[in-house]
Amino acid sequence: MSKYMLIMRGTDEGQAAYEQIDFAKVMEDMGRYNESMMDAGVLAAGEGLSDASEGSVVDFSSETPVVTDGPYGETKELFNGFWIVDVASKEEAIEWAKRAPLNGPGTKLEVRRVHGPEDFPQDNEWVQKEEGWREQQAAR
Amino acid sequence: MARAAGRPVSELVPELAGQAGGRADDGAASRRTVEAVWRIESSRIVGALARYTNDFALAEDVASEALAEALVSWPRDGIPRDPTAWLLATGRRRAIDAFRRRSGRDERYAVLARDLGDGGAVTGGPGTQREPGPDADLLWDPDRIDDDRLALLFVACHPVLSKEARVALTLRVVGGLTSEEIARAFLVPVPTVQARITRAKKTLAAARVPFEVPAAADRTARLASVLNVVYLIFSEGSSASAGEDWMRPDLAYEAVRLARVLTRLVPDEPEAHGLLALLELTAARFAARTGPDGEPVLLEDQDRRRWDTSAIRRGREALSRAVAVGRGLGPYGLQAAIAEQHDVAPSVAATDWERIVLLYEALGRVAPSPVVELNRAVAVSMAAGPAAALPLVDELVATDVLRGSYLLPSVRGELLARLGRAAEARAELELAARLCGNVRERGVLERKAAAL
Repeated sequence: MSKYMLIMRGTDEGQAAYEQIDFAKVMEDMGRYNESMMDAGVLAAGEGLSDASEGSVVDFSSETPVVTDGPYGETKELFNGFWIVDVASKEEAIEWAKRAPLNGPGTKLEVRRVHGPEDFPQDNEWVQKEEGWREQQAAR
Repeated sequence: MARAAGRPVSELVPELAGQAGGRADDGAASRRTVEAVWRIESSRIVGALARYTNDFALAEDVASEALAEALVSWPRDGIPRDPTAWLLATGRRRAIDAFRRRSGRDERYAVLARDLGDGGAVTGGPGTQREPGPDADLLWDPDRIDDDRLALLFVACHPVLSKEARVALTLRVVGGLTSEEIARAFLVPVPTVQARITRAKKTLAAARVPFEVPAAADRTARLASVLNVVYLIFSEGSSASAGEDWMRPDLAYEAVRLARVLTRLVPDEPEAHGLLALLELTAARFAARTGPDGEPVLLEDQDRRRWDTSAIRRGREALSRAVAVGRGLGPYGLQAAIAEQHDVAPSVAATDWERIVLLYEALGRVAPSPVVELNRAVAVSMAAGPAAALPLVDELVATDVLRGSYLLPSVRGELLARLGRAAEARAELELAARLCGNVRERGVLERKAAAL
């Protein structure tokens, strides 16, 4: 079993088209989709993000980081939310992605494997520290 | 998903498989896609076919035939646009063929074949509002899917079946594993798994087991069997009884997934949540349970920073759901509560051993077993010292109920070692090593004995 993140990506145009759909319908479709993943025992986490215009971007292109408000500016694609699924294979993650109740021009789901502890050298000091942080977070 | 399955078959035009990839990988890629679809949909497909044929064995047969057909035709013709509908339609056609073959022998089957062929008995209901295709829309009835999956789980774990058969059948029809995957997980040849499944289907038919969720009177006992099967799968994965590897985590994670499915199907059963909690809280420690060379690492030596904190969180949530049902904790819930005490403790020394002793006492009353008594003795030794625990262990030795188990001499050896009785301790640990079936664990015991 591995964890995969299904990353929702979209364009302004796709977002605008999506907003035309009845909100109750969107909620229902998303609710059903989430439930289907829970029923199958694969949903580990998931969050949706608020409007990109409420966000900020910290750009590292120059020597000092430059902060801009609102949408990504130059970027044509927006990151809108994610699911993390616990599945047997990448193909299964893709099958789940294909079932997402999304549509519209430029709307995409990117499927990426989440690193597990096995991907890092366990004797690295910072890897060990990170695990310490995770432990503290869980203890809260 | 009901939406996807509702598309007419006319839409199932073959598309080129692996459009973006190279041709050489297409076969393997579409095979993996078949397996992925099967993972997600097998329980709904077999469940729907079983309900309409009212014949679990036939449903499993035709579903397997559909899967086999997909494994041949998808790599060749491309993956259908709606793979689930394709599998379901193929399974249904095979079922009708089977009924037609039998209808010469039995008028009952002739009636069924006619009904199924017309689509009359299998359409209708809320699942079919989206244009029923000639062959596709068939069996979906969204209001029945959970019942079908639950019935499937109960049938696969039916008490008339052997434990091995229950495990294989559950992984196959509910977990959606292929016989090859099950064989790999249990280190047995594929024909062995196939034979177990075939025999299980024959047994269910011979015992006239109906395809249904058991009535209230039988439900508790039948649910206990389901919980037990999921637990057995987990145990085999988390502490392999044979072979070189100490753990087979993938098998254990299959059990976690099945337990999650179960909590969704029977949300009012505290023990379903208790079992899920136990499995999550135990699996949370997997990464720390194995050393660099694959050898087991004892709880006291584990690097607790490597425990999976999100699994701990999920396990504790499941445990609070078990508590929230308000009927008290059963055997799985109590074991989960014990696992929770370990998972939240910063070290062995700082563990609330007194609480663990209490939980073991409660567990020993609701589910008495010599292994629970032995674990209680270990907890007592941690809470009150080895001298307090040794009489409990000696009592178990006297009753002789754990004869042949390596656990008893390994605990006794450990207690004697802590009491400074090295020679006796060594003898016990050496005995434990001789009795232990797992190569990795045996090594740990031998090293401990040698170090005394």
